[in-house]
Amino acid sequence: MSGFLAVLVVVLIFIVIFQIAKASEYVSILKGEKKAREQSNRINGFLLIAFLVLGLIGVYYCNDLLKGKILGESASEQGEGVDTLIYVTLAITGVVFVLTQIALFWFAFKYQEKEGRKAFYFPHNNKLEVIWTVIPAIALTVLVAFGLKHWFQLTSDAPKDATVVEVTGKQFNWIFRYPGKDGQLGRRDFKNIDPTAGNELGLDWNDPLNKDDFMPTEVHLVVGKPVKFVIGSRDVIHDVGLPHFRMKMDAVPGIPTTLWFTPKFTTKQMKEKTGNPDFTYEISCDQMCGSGHYSMRGVIVVETQEEYDAWVAKQKSTYSLTHEAAAPPAGAAADSTQKTVAANIK
Amino acid sequence: MSNEATLHSQQEVMHGAHDHHDHEHHHEGSFISKYVFSMDHKMIAKQFLITGIVWAIIGAFFSVLFRLQLGFPDATFPWLESILGHWAKGGRISAEAYYALVTMHGTILVFFVLTAGLSGTFSNLLIPLQVGARDMASPFMNCLSYWFFFLASLVMMASLFVQTGPASGGWTMYPPLSALGDASIGSKVGVDLWLTSMALFVVSQLLGGLNYISTLLNMRTKGMAMTKMPLTIWSFFFTAVLGVLSFPVLLSGFILLLMDRHAGTSFYLSDIFIAGKALANEGGSAILYQHLFWFLGHPEVYIIILPAMGMVSEVLAVSARKPIFGYLAMIGSLFAICILAFLVWAHHMFVTGLNPFLGAFFVLLTLLIAVPSAIKVFNWITTIWKGNINFTPASLFSIGFVSTFISGGLTGIWLGNSSIDIHLHDTMFVIAHFHIVMGVSAFFGMFAGIYHWFPKMYGRFMNQTIGYIHFWVTMIGAYLIFWPMHYEGMAGMPRRYYDVSGWASFKQFGGLNEFITIVVILVFAVQLLFVFNFFYSIFKGRKMTTQNPWNATTLEWTTPIHAGHGNWPGEIPEVYRWAYDYSKDGRDFIPQTEPIGPNESAH
Repeated sequence: MSGFLAVLVVVLIFIVIFQIAKASEYVSILKGEKKAREQSNRINGFLLIAFLVLGLIGVYYCNDLLKGKILGESASEQGEGVDTLIYVTLAITGVVFVLTQIALFWFAFKYQEKEGRKAFYFPHNNKLEVIWTVIPAIALTVLVAFGLKHWFQLTSDAPKDATVVEVTGKQFNWIFRYPGKDGQLGRRDFKNIDPTAGNELGLDWNDPLNKDDFMPTEVHLVVGKPVKFVIGSRDVIHDVGLPHFRMKMDAVPGIPTTLWFTPKFTTKQMKEKTGNPDFTYEISCDQMCGSGHYSMRGVIVVETQEEYDAWVAKQKSTYSLTHEAAAPPAGAAADSTQKTVAANIK
Repeated sequence: MSNEATLHSQQEVMHGAHDHHDHEHHHEGSFISKYVFSMDHKMIAKQFLITGIVWAIIGAFFSVLFRLQLGFPDATFPWLESILGHWAKGGRISAEAYYALVTMHGTILVFFVLTAGLSGTFSNLLIPLQVGARDMASPFMNCLSYWFFFLASLVMMASLFVQTGPASGGWTMYPPLSALGDASIGSKVGVDLWLTSMALFVVSQLLGGLNYISTLLNMRTKGMAMTKMPLTIWSFFFTAVLGVLSFPVLLSGFILLLMDRHAGTSFYLSDIFIAGKALANEGGSAILYQHLFWFLGHPEVYIIILPAMGMVSEVLAVSARKPIFGYLAMIGSLFAICILAFLVWAHHMFVTGLNPFLGAFFVLLTLLIAVPSAIKVFNWITTIWKGNINFTPASLFSIGFVSTFISGGLTGIWLGNSSIDIHLHDTMFVIAHFHIVMGVSAFFGMFAGIYHWFPKMYGRFMNQTIGYIHFWVTMIGAYLIFWPMHYEGMAGMPRRYYDVSGWASFKQFGGLNEFITIVVILVFAVQLLFVFNFFYSIFKGRKMTTQNPWNATTLEWTTPIHAGHGNWPGEIPEVYRWAYDYSKDGRDFIPQTEPIGPNESAH
């Protein structure tokens, strides 16, 4: 019933607007086309300049209202470069935006049709054309140069000592794997995937490197220490989005990708910095991946080395978890192999 | 004035001897041949326009539905269940339905409205009228072009009603999501229908595009050198070239996708475990599809915006009573945009793991596009400088176009720079950027075109007052909707999220999303007002009493108010000058058909 009423109200408003519009057409015919035209030009000219003024105030107001909600300082060292580039770009495009919008609306207002005014026949001027070809070209060259400098830094190889974390997307959550004590991820093959046996990634148990790999539900990172994500997908394309670190990389089935960054603040520090006790570093999925796309949330905890070491010590290897449950003695054996492997590496 | 008989001989055959006929009643065929399978370019233009309007209402309504979910994720709207059934159980749109709506909104608006509805309408209407031809090079192909579009529409419409729903993997239809029915319910029969529909659509575009190109290259009236053509025609030319060169690549991408779906090939599929089993496909690359898609996909955004640019240039000159500033620079920048459009596709793929060295070239070429775009903006602004502007709804929409093109174009400089793109890629910032620069701007260009050439199409005017209300609400609303979205994107809020309330980083935008949704509903209502104005004015609008209501120089206004098939009752007028002699030598305007006077100053 209320829906019906709402439709009725909308229809009534439509009819009223339409009747007014029709009436104004008759009035304009009565008043004479010339007069009606003068009046509508005056009104629209005024509205154009009002739109410019209110619009610019609105841009300022909107910024005032929302600037606190964007992310603040980058939480990774690499992200600082991105932020600088954003500020430089904002400055350049901001100036152009304000100047061109003012020119556009001001000219429209100033040169509205007036009795006796003659338009100025001005078909071309090569000097002007050259000026506004060259100036944007120079500004853009600067932006390209800065941009590429950061781009090559951001996409460079990760430092050798970076922590490696494997991030695999699946519908609809993230699977994390750490290489364990040996520092190397074991082999995997999608054909070995067997979720019922706890093998979500298809780890090859014949590869000794797999025996110490562990798969936590959250990513833990050490503040100030570079981390390299090795990214993949098990089904469709996902995307590892790390807005606080200004990082992003697609997770493509069959084609591993990587990204690396150095976290600057621990989660605890960010809670204090933002004044938000619920602050969490989140991994968002940024590539449409199906009906649960919006819920593909991962959590990153950035902490000190001591906290991290304590956390790692508590993690059990996936091998031991899956094999202990099935056959405890095999698990024990595995545990000893793991030690031998670790010893061999050392 | 004599026409080059050779040029028009083909039409002589089509229309019979028309030199001694009254063209007003030239093609008084049956209802079917006049209104349905018409070969008159003017009627085909109207068919494209009205089909486009129907699609626009559907596509925009879908955006209202999914904005309801975004703005009010916890509310229930029982009426939704009555129209969407089990897709909105209890009055709340399901995630599957949300993604289907988002996908269809994109597909419909990009292809069916802003490609077919925009260049389909105005290329058809204006190319023969403004270059001085009786019809297209092949009126039959032109008719086929519309009917292929109509078939594509039928198939797409049918896909909305199948049990498993329409395609729902985003309008870009990336595999493997779109290739595997197990990955998404919309990727069952929905994607097959989507691909079929799009294949028909590509056929329609190619038939239309080749026709546009051959008409304007070969059938210009005497004296109409390329450099005397109005900028509308130049923009339709480049639009058609873009379409003809890039749509086939899209089709090839679609065929491979179809084979991956049904023929067991692995072009795009590799290492996939889904629905409890590992698939046999190995060695394919999901990224290959993205290359093929964006090789069309990027030119596509120029296919959408170039016709709008052309029409805005024309409308601004006519209403400011000034020549368009820098005519040759305008053509040059259209040409530059057209070339660069083919060389920047991978900027949609900066975060796919693209080789960074290769990415660097795409950054360079992408930001290069800003130069011709800037030239165009400065030229438009200079065109209205020291003019004498009459604010018709068409000229207001043209001014609005320049404003939104600046706003949306500048954020393109952000996104084209790969380092910034890493942060902003696939966030609401991108939504804000492309909706302003190609959604709103293209619509503004289209509205300008409709208000300006409506008298030519129907011999009547649209109601101006409703036109003004339409412009102002749309202009203010568009900025209110899309401007704050930049901030959501800066905060990293991804696009295509059904619900952000589970996210610590994004749920703070709940109030803003609510505000945006309310504005969306208002703006949508005003578009319905426009649609009403359009159809009402066809039958009841103020009648056009003079041939040339805007005092324009171009040829379409030399035809009779109700021009029959063949456009000019007598011979086609000859052209002596460019299309922009406004306020020259103290005269308000000099039509293109007037010979250059002995004492006239050169331009």
